Amino acid sequence: MSSHVLRPLWVVIGVVALILVARYLIVPSDFGIQERGFMYGYHRKSNEADWKAFKVKYQTRKYCKDCHSDKYESIMSSKHKIIQCENCHGPAIDHPEDPAKLVVNKSRSLCIRCHAQLLYPRTQRAKIKGINPEEHNVGMECSMCHNPHKPDMEGW
Amino acid sequence: MSISRRDFLMSTLKVAVASALPLSAFKFLSPAEAKAAVEAANVRWGFIVDTYKCVGCGFCVKACKIENEIPYDAPVTRTWVERYLILKDGRMVADTPLGGRDGFTELKIQDEVIEPKEVAKAYFVPKLCNQCENPPCVQVCPVGATYQTADGVVLIDRTWCIGCGYCIMACPYGVRFFHPVYKVAEKCTFCYHRISKGMKTACVDACPFGARKIGNLKDPNDPVTKTIMTERVAVLKDEYGTKPQVYYIGLDENVR
Repeated sequence: MSSHVLRPLWVVIGVVALILVARYLIVPSDFGIQERGFMYGYHRKSNEADWKAFKVKYQTRKYCKDCHSDKYESIMSSKHKIIQCENCHGPAIDHPEDPAKLVVNKSRSLCIRCHAQLLYPRTQRAKIKGINPEEHNVGMECSMCHNPHKPDMEGW
Repeated sequence: MSISRRDFLMSTLKVAVASALPLSAFKFLSPAEAKAAVEAANVRWGFIVDTYKCVGCGFCVKACKIENEIPYDAPVTRTWVERYLILKDGRMVADTPLGGRDGFTELKIQDEVIEPKEVAKAYFVPKLCNQCENPPCVQVCPVGATYQTADGVVLIDRTWCIGCGYCIMACPYGVRFFHPVYKVAEKCTFCYHRISKGMKTACVDACPFGARKIGNLKDPNDPVTKTIMTERVAVLKDEYGTKPQVYYIGLDENVR
């Protein structure tokens, strides 16, 4: 075969070889078809472990219970027992190491998530005692009169 | 050297059979690996949303954003809550301010104050990734960056996603978005880091009213599985054939 045919052929073979080498170097070794088959399971297997290693921030009330047993018991004997500690106190993450202190959210906007009155028929929302945030002691923090751990007017 | 015809054929057969066996067939699994393989096959994560119980407090959205490091003030979220009002005059109004992150605190909806006496029925509908059995978002990924795990959760490989956005277009439920920091596609992972440690998802834990539940659909004794098998549940956009694994109690036809 004459060289004007062979030469471009060598170039093409070289390019293909280069792509294959690059693919071998770039694509991780655990990349491929996994349990869910080619259509749904074609991926890098170790990414599942990456997601599992993501940092947990909300530790739930079980985490608070032992050290803050007095606070835990006060909230658990009130109507607010259904609310997780961290919904108001913020995520514990690695408390007490990091963060050393949790900042309590005492803002009105937190309380009115449930207690802004919306009397929609046949909703559970209508059954929650509520106020009109634009009329009820505007500008004051709810916790000045209502104790969130003993949520009635006799709380203080 | 001489060899009989019978011996020759026998040894040929032995070599053929031995070479047909892949090396992996001789791999011994450690007890932990064997246990993990069996357990993984026995889990299929599923979710229940009870729209009767939701009051629209938005604690789930807040917890999800913080837990999963979704920029708090960016207009994107992995889960959100929608408010639907069906008025007595037949009109339907719906909204989801900031995805319901700060709850629903006023009667104003779409710049219109609607008094409860005008409302025939109302409900709040929390939404999240349906972790479909046939996820269309995974089929369209051109690079293999999004995939389904053996336990049914659809995840995205952030190091591999090229940000083409096909999956965001393909999801019929609109649960995918661009992550403003990582510049890749992003979605609800059922808090994979929590459920794989035996915890519940952040939204399930944050919900004070039990409107959200997560469970293992392959365990017939799981309360979530029992509810799905014995009660009246529905899924979103069943006609798309995606087989969503988030089941809704009290789903109204007006919900889209």
